[in-house]
Amino acid sequence: MSQHATTYVPKSRFAKWFESRLPLAGLVHSSFIAFPVPRNLTYFWTFGAILIFMLAAQIVTGVWLAMHYVPHANLAFDSVEAIMRDVNYGWLLRYLHANGASMFFIAVYIHIFRNLYYGSYKAPREVLYLLGIIIFILMMATAFMGYVLPWGQMSFWGATVITNLFSAVPVVGDTIVSLLWGGYSVGNPTLNRFFALHYLLPFMIAGVVVLHIWALHVVGQNNPAGIPIKSGKDAVPFTPYATVKDLFATVVFMMFFAWWVFFLPNYLGHADNYIPANPAVTPAHIVPEWYFLPFYAILRAIPDKLGGVIAMFGAIVVLALVPWLDTSRVRSANYRPLYRQFFWVFVIVCVLLGWLGAKPPEGGYVIAARICTAWYFIHFLVVLPLLGLFETPKPLPSSIAETVLGKKGGAGMPVGAAAEPSTRG
Amino acid sequence: MIATGAVGAVGVGALAWPFVASLAPDAQTVAAGAPVEVDLAPISPGQIVKVFWRGKLIFVRNRTEEEIKAAQDVNLASLPDPQPDSARVKEGHPNILVVYGNCTHLGCVPLGNEGPFHGWFCPCHGSVFDTSGRVRGGPAPINLPVPPYTFVSDTKIRIGEESNAAPKAAHA
Repeated sequence: MSQHATTYVPKSRFAKWFESRLPLAGLVHSSFIAFPVPRNLTYFWTFGAILIFMLAAQIVTGVWLAMHYVPHANLAFDSVEAIMRDVNYGWLLRYLHANGASMFFIAVYIHIFRNLYYGSYKAPREVLYLLGIIIFILMMATAFMGYVLPWGQMSFWGATVITNLFSAVPVVGDTIVSLLWGGYSVGNPTLNRFFALHYLLPFMIAGVVVLHIWALHVVGQNNPAGIPIKSGKDAVPFTPYATVKDLFATVVFMMFFAWWVFFLPNYLGHADNYIPANPAVTPAHIVPEWYFLPFYAILRAIPDKLGGVIAMFGAIVVLALVPWLDTSRVRSANYRPLYRQFFWVFVIVCVLLGWLGAKPPEGGYVIAARICTAWYFIHFLVVLPLLGLFETPKPLPSSIAETVLGKKGGAGMPVGAAAEPSTRG
Repeated sequence: MIATGAVGAVGVGALAWPFVASLAPDAQTVAAGAPVEVDLAPISPGQIVKVFWRGKLIFVRNRTEEEIKAAQDVNLASLPDPQPDSARVKEGHPNILVVYGNCTHLGCVPLGNEGPFHGWFCPCHGSVFDTSGRVRGGPAPINLPVPPYTFVSDTKIRIGEESNAAPKAAHA
């Protein structure tokens, strides 16, 4: 990362000695202090910081819970109840962790939709975007395995349904499922390995987050205008501007988080998960956690086992292809009158899919889910490629500063210090 | 260079194998797959009993005359997974149906005596099974499979062992 502009100059003798051996302070300075931030960013750009906070919060509460939790089919449920009743503040740790998963997904979905609206995935940010998709997939795997650990009815049957998805794979499906289970059905070996992986994956997420931030600081942030930083007037330094704004947004988000934890701690969960796992009885109405509902609706919309599984995984794969499916050169939907409307239709379709995923698979719900599933794929595979060819974008502003200050301009960063990092290569 | 790479690849593969193999069912789990005996005498006509073999749920259903007739009087060509009822029960015991108790779609436990054919109905994704455990609708791709079992007497079956086969160690 030596290509970053850095105005860091070590002052003390120790700082000079250390910096010449490991330029850590210079890296922090160039990434989080002097880093040029587009001056027109909105609060939608604070969710990266919120997500880092959520990852840290989940890791800390998770490590503490692991000190009390027992990953064994006969003991897991009781150990979770002991955490709730006997462990000092165990209820708080567990409610923070369980609701924290939901908060993590709320933040990541806002982050993703912000990305889609402002075309942040477009060149030169494709790798940055793909790293984000990898984080999203790791998050889903982590959340799924975490939900299995309390070993309640929803844990057990969620694990059964999701692992059985792999049995749809031709020829080797049953072998894969047997390797996932470590037995002939979901059982103690399954719980044990899910616990091991649930503990491992967040640290893998943290690793990919480092790459994600690294890539971000190479290409710079996108912004509501979708045009690059052209001069010092377009940017402000990361500290104090972005630092304080991110901190403020994180605190507001923490209040939202706390509201769930203290007032509705079980609202986002499912009552059936307070019944110990019973392999002889499936709950009458089995649904995944809310953040998986749109994908679950897509799975159920296809009246064929293998087809449903392909569609569900395809819904994530198609997201990864967006930088190459979108043919428009204009990034921000603010200057794309048609895409802007299709974007909101897509948002509504996703919310509808989430609602349908929680409904029983019968009658009108199935038909609605099929229409929404079809539109989900049409949006990516047909609308995005064609819009770029037929849409006439609005004229782009000549600079970021102009969108904020009008044509008069104003004070920004010293010219030169704020050139977009990508131009420094 | 190629030789070195090939040796390296074989080495990596040889080292990876134990890691993958350790995920498979272990000796204890396999040993727990010994056959189980089920006494049929207490199961009255129309009743479904749930038992476990190798950790998997199994339905033992004592079918009524109507249920047997419904299972037999079916146009096989109309079934998604055509199989005559006679191939799913043991000869001389048309009333006893033994099938795995997890839906062949994604593994939920179907509810007995429910659905349009009064066989089973899966509440998760809507698969329908008849009184022979054959799929008749919904996303399930195949019939509920019949596990290996044998009649040791007229009122007792042993699950995990096929008819007339010599007793053998259970394995995966």
